[in-house]
Amino acid sequence: MSTDKKNETHEVPTTGHSWDGIEELDNPMPRWWLWTFYACIVYALLYSVAYPAWPLVKAATPGLLGYSTRAEVADEIKRFEDANASLVTRLEGVELASVSEDADLHNYAVQGGAAVFRTNCAQCHGSGAAGNVGYPNLLDDDWLWGGDIEAIRTTVAHGIRNEQDADTRYSEMPKFGEILEAEEIDQVVHYVLNISGQEHDAALAEAGSVVFEDNCASCHGETGIGDREQGAPNLTDAIWLYGGDADTLTETVTNARFGVMPNWNTRLSESEIRAVAIYVHQLGGGE
Amino acid sequence: MSSTDQSPEKLYTAREPIFPRRVSGPFRSLKWWIMAVTLGIYYLTPWIRWDRGPNLPDQAVLIDLASRRFFMFWIEIWPHEFYFVAGLLIMAGLGLFLFTSALGRVWCGYTCPQTVWTDLFILVERWIEGDRNKRVRLWNAPMDARKARLRITKWTLWFLIAIATGGAWVFYFTDAPTLLHQLVTFSAHPIAYTTIGVLAATTFVFGGFMREQVCIYMCPWPRIQAAMMDEDTLTVAYRDWRGEPRGKHRKSEAAAEMGDCIDCNACVNVCPMGIDIRDGQQLACITCALCIDACDDVMAKIGKPRGLIDYMALTDEPAERAGAQPKSIWKHIFRVRTVLYTTLWSVVGIALVVALFLRSDIDMTVAPVRNPTFVTLSDGSIRNTYDVRLRNKHGEDRLFHISLTSEAVLMVALEGTDELGVVVPADATKLQRVYITAPAGSAAASQARTDLRLWVEDMEAQERTYTDTVFNGNVK
Repeated sequence: MSTDKKNETHEVPTTGHSWDGIEELDNPMPRWWLWTFYACIVYALLYSVAYPAWPLVKAATPGLLGYSTRAEVADEIKRFEDANASLVTRLEGVELASVSEDADLHNYAVQGGAAVFRTNCAQCHGSGAAGNVGYPNLLDDDWLWGGDIEAIRTTVAHGIRNEQDADTRYSEMPKFGEILEAEEIDQVVHYVLNISGQEHDAALAEAGSVVFEDNCASCHGETGIGDREQGAPNLTDAIWLYGGDADTLTETVTNARFGVMPNWNTRLSESEIRAVAIYVHQLGGGE
Repeated sequence: MSSTDQSPEKLYTAREPIFPRRVSGPFRSLKWWIMAVTLGIYYLTPWIRWDRGPNLPDQAVLIDLASRRFFMFWIEIWPHEFYFVAGLLIMAGLGLFLFTSALGRVWCGYTCPQTVWTDLFILVERWIEGDRNKRVRLWNAPMDARKARLRITKWTLWFLIAIATGGAWVFYFTDAPTLLHQLVTFSAHPIAYTTIGVLAATTFVFGGFMREQVCIYMCPWPRIQAAMMDEDTLTVAYRDWRGEPRGKHRKSEAAAEMGDCIDCNACVNVCPMGIDIRDGQQLACITCALCIDACDDVMAKIGKPRGLIDYMALTDEPAERAGAQPKSIWKHIFRVRTVLYTTLWSVVGIALVVALFLRSDIDMTVAPVRNPTFVTLSDGSIRNTYDVRLRNKHGEDRLFHISLTSEAVLMVALEGTDELGVVVPADATKLQRVYITAPAGSAAASQARTDLRLWVEDMEAQERTYTDTVFNGNVK
């Protein structure tokens, strides 16, 4: 190892630390570094006075400039709300059936409605609106309570079988397990399999037609095509909310079904409800 | 490291000021012409008007970043056709290779913006402060009123050129007359002013002060070009076998012993890079050929043949030393390498032109909706949904008709209309949801994947195009 002559010629004190004979020189910090450091301290002090900085019990010190990220977001939201104000007014006053004639308004409602749907509806109906067992598919052409925009708007606003809302859509299927014999239930299940075009026992179905007429036809109709006034599903088509096989049908008849949807009129504005109704209507199933 | 080293060796030499002398000759004239044409193209192109109808801009060359369109005379490029730009860049690259392998650094010497603007700035400098000798004297003179006046005049003119240079750039990106009006009334977007400011600053500094330093220290091209040059590449060189020994021709000395070079330094004085070409090929030489003009002038005056400094190739040297004639320029230029570059360049060029004429004015992309993959309808039929983007490149609204072909039985319908036609606005893309349905019990309804072809037809222009996609059935 050669000795570094440079250090010997410079009059630099050492820190007194020594490791294996290597001493640590006590050179001053570079001046540019020191000044940058001091400038940072000054900046930090000024910043903590001007902006929210020191945490207190409930909130941080507000800062002299009164800046707040929350207020900035609120401003941003207000800016968009102001920009959309005329569209919102138009949307609240428009005849829903004719909204597609106003391209701008329709576009705004579809885009806005999509956002409302993703936030509030997708949890049950799926992000693609394809539904799930017990949660209706909104893409198909089968509607329990009606599929025009006005009917969808009413459903969204007031919900289904929702006790919090007086205007809710309401109906209740009896638990036929308490009314009918197991044999009769079996018969009516085969009758339903028959009218929906599935494999069935002809003898049981024949007997089931009587049971159906006596117990089911008042809501589901004499031919089983359902009744939208009561949200009674069409039993002759290919769409089943809970399933159309014999086991599921037996379960449904025995214990009944009672699907509930919340009312959204307390959580969404009228324009948001209308927007989401328009959005759902144009997904492919709207009437 | 030795223990006795003093100050460390400097890695950078301070810039020696260069005062190129005025020169005239065929190469200088060629450079004037190229400067006039290239600067003319750059400054004037945004002002050419081109009528495209009411819905499209009427600027002949316009890079419309806001609406993502590139207009060039009758050609309109949409973002999905960006391969045209990529192709042009490939052609530019191959063109550069071709010219470099054939003619050496012609790009550097004649057409590089750094060279052209530096040339322009030197022209202004010479106009204000006089030719080389006067400029050297002024440089060495102490600062006084006259020197200050000349400096300020020169810098002002440079600055105006710089502003015009940055200004011309922004006109390519928006309607030029509108932007000019906004610029002078101070209502243009800050980005326009910033861009002009940055480009003006770089033009001013690069053209006025850094000049050859940009080529020597900043530009990668001088370092890469060696890969493209070979013994047949034409380059500017000094015929030392003819010129040496150099020296003043005096009557007292035997003329036969002296070479043709009279060591007048004319070649050095005119060089914008401040080098001596007689030292041989060097990185700093941009082959602008001004030394050829300067030397030819001197050779004419002393009654010697021209070409002591000349364009020549490395292979010529041994032949000439042996007293033979050099190969003709064309033999240097036509060789496997250059022919190959030309072929590649032409292939890309022809492909682009063909693509340009083959592309249709209508276009579509199809994105099958996968959430969910299919929907069962009440009659048991299976429906798929597709997001179809229809592009209308015409200057007016057009009615597009949608249909499908498939071996399976499938029906097509459009969202929001009972018709199969949809109006796509002029120069726009329309997102149209398309439904395709397979009847209950059909093969397509129950198999995972059925191929189909969606067609879109512009009824007016009788033009149509298709996209292949698939139909998903309900596999039980």
